[in-house]
Amino acid sequence: MNGSDEPAERCTAAALSAIPFAKFRNQLRPAILSVIVLTVLTGCVFPLLLFAVGRPLFPRQAGGTLIERGGNVVGSALIGQEFSRPEYFHSRPSAAGNGYDGTSSGGTNLGPNNPKLKDGAADFPGIRQLAAEYRARNGLAPDAPIPIDAVTRSGSGLDPHISPDNAALQVARVARARGVSESAVRRLVDRYTQGRQFGLLGYRRVPVLPLNLALDEALPKVRTESR
Amino acid sequence: MRWLEYVVFLAIVLGLARPAGLYLARVCEREHTFLDPVMHPLESVLYRLLGVHPEQEMRAPVYAACFLLFGVCCSVMLFLILMLQRWLPGGPADHYLTTPMTPDLAANTAASFATTTTWQAYAGENTLRYLAQAIGLVSQNFLAGAAGLAAGFAFIRGIARERSATIGNFWVDMIRSILYVLLPLALIGSLILIWQGVPLNMSPYTQVHTVEGHTQIIAQGPAAALEFIKNLGTNGGGFFNANGAHPYANPTPFTNFLGMLAICVLPASFMVTFGYLTRRPRAGWILLTVMIALFALGLTVCDWAEASAPHQLAGLHITGPNMEGKEVRFGAGESVLTAIVTSNTSTGSYNSMHDSFQPAGLLPPLVFMLLGEVVFGGLGAGVYSIVMTALVGIFLGGLMVGHTPEYLGKKITSAETRWIALYALLTPLVVLLLTAVAVATKAGLAGLTTNTGPHGFTEILYAYASSMANNGQAMAGLNANTVFSNVTTMIAMLAGRYGLTALALALAGQLAAQRRTPATAGTLPSDTPVFGALVFGTVLVLAGLCFFPALALGPIVESFGR
Repeated sequence: MNGSDEPAERCTAAALSAIPFAKFRNQLRPAILSVIVLTVLTGCVFPLLLFAVGRPLFPRQAGGTLIERGGNVVGSALIGQEFSRPEYFHSRPSAAGNGYDGTSSGGTNLGPNNPKLKDGAADFPGIRQLAAEYRARNGLAPDAPIPIDAVTRSGSGLDPHISPDNAALQVARVARARGVSESAVRRLVDRYTQGRQFGLLGYRRVPVLPLNLALDEALPKVRTESR
Repeated sequence: MRWLEYVVFLAIVLGLARPAGLYLARVCEREHTFLDPVMHPLESVLYRLLGVHPEQEMRAPVYAACFLLFGVCCSVMLFLILMLQRWLPGGPADHYLTTPMTPDLAANTAASFATTTTWQAYAGENTLRYLAQAIGLVSQNFLAGAAGLAAGFAFIRGIARERSATIGNFWVDMIRSILYVLLPLALIGSLILIWQGVPLNMSPYTQVHTVEGHTQIIAQGPAAALEFIKNLGTNGGGFFNANGAHPYANPTPFTNFLGMLAICVLPASFMVTFGYLTRRPRAGWILLTVMIALFALGLTVCDWAEASAPHQLAGLHITGPNMEGKEVRFGAGESVLTAIVTSNTSTGSYNSMHDSFQPAGLLPPLVFMLLGEVVFGGLGAGVYSIVMTALVGIFLGGLMVGHTPEYLGKKITSAETRWIALYALLTPLVVLLLTAVAVATKAGLAGLTTNTGPHGFTEILYAYASSMANNGQAMAGLNANTVFSNVTTMIAMLAGRYGLTALALALAGQLAAQRRTPATAGTLPSDTPVFGALVFGTVLVLAGLCFFPALALGPIVESFGR
């Protein structure tokens, strides 16, 4: 019982024999108390600390990055919403509730070989139908290639972005509905297109709600064309 | 560009492995750290308060019993919080909580979070109160993660020590893991998440008048408190139903990248800790290299499947990768990276819907979970996942050479082999049995509400693989909130957490008692590329032998389907 031939060994049986081993029957108290005390530490103190530091530092983000217009909350810059009028850029299809339901996030969960995904079912437009509708809405030829994000539903059902390709195909429709030039709309899209983060991470993308709000601001619909 | 992102990711993980690993070793050995001025007083107070004698060490059975006892107490605590949540003050309003917190759902959730599985048979935004998430779930993410780290420390000690009757003190290891590792990192990480847009509030759900004049209700809550520690503690259960895909939970590519680093860096650096404490640094690096190789293999397969245009849509003139269930900000690249990272590390924080992955894209995550997450692995648990697999390889190698196998100077005799064999067999036994029961019963098949056929079979296999690996990610088309599913996944979670850890600790206790035998000419060196290849091969052979028939019925046959 000596570890002297291995002096570097930190905890030898010899060193330990002075202190008795922990007995199982003595462990109930630490078990119960530790759960209670550590729950308070990590489940109460930690979140409170975060509130105390995080909220004053980043009040807008902590509140959900909400956007107000004319005194009303019109949405969150991070949460997608449904657009169907021609003068707005349209978000992706959504499987959250009845579409962009912010209390019911989720995707279709349909497998890639599930016929329902491509061909649809009652009350559920499939990718084929979504593609036909997208082409019709945007005045595209029936065999015009379209980006896949325009006809697939995101994982959250709340995707706030569309791809730049998707936005580009909607520019003509938006410009026509607003009675403004396509180049003006395109410039705005370019301005709002987010690049890869730090030039590396993720993909180029266009945030739909901020872009549409900017459209209303910068290129309001020409009155004579509206009802 | 996404390949550059993959490479940068692995480079950062490898770059941080050494400093983080050496720091973890200091935490394990109760040495001085730069956090001592803040944390040491708190540590002493906690020991006094709990009646813990930090010098008093535990034999392996007592250590394992404490691990179990702590898990049980955690589960009971969470179960009570969940069952009593209706009396908790604060949001969200009652009419949004449409999923009732039934006892079986509460029990499943309690077992799930206390085992780092964080399998979620519910949707956060319509089941849980803010305070139940903050007090109940946030704390479990710390506690379960720290308990895993403690078990990892104990396992390393088993190999590092010789002629020792004990493998450490569970309470000390667990408390030090929280104070010196999880808590400080979680504070910094959570603040970064808030900066990037993750909400932290107790507001009622926001009623929005949309631009087109409709009403949209947006779920709110103290999400930032959960979203970083869920990754750091390799737990993975998200605040919202869509988990990492939800733009509030994971608003930017950077938050996603940071989350993946939070998952991988500690388990990867744990291999450095292992090498350092056993005084065989190269042995740790060799195992880490095997992990990286397996990781790269899975990443390549999954990327190939998901980043190419879905062949099912050929002829529709649709361009781009498989974006069903994926977010534009993550695209194929970060979705694939996240699928591979989370399926390797007992962290279910997916950011895309795996149910909509191609069968070939599903295969790597599924296989990684079935392998018991040998690549990086759960916090602490990863080290014994890979070492156990390596020991199987050594045993096979020993049979071929005709020598008594040994690893790092420890002899692997029949007594040790018993634990190793049980460890290797437990996962296939539990996963395949439960899958068989589920596909043979009405109650099990009732979960297939979205997909059927081979894809439905994969959903069921995925659910039990995920539960057993304490991963928690799901192919979410499976309706898992049924009594049958809640009970069976709970069995798998408990077996995966306590069964596997108990076996690993039993082996650790046995190895700790041995003295180290000097290497001879007949010793298979454990720090050479040849050894790495042996481990790599063992992983693939084990996967093939145990799971090929099941995989053939699921993703493989689906690949050939149409």
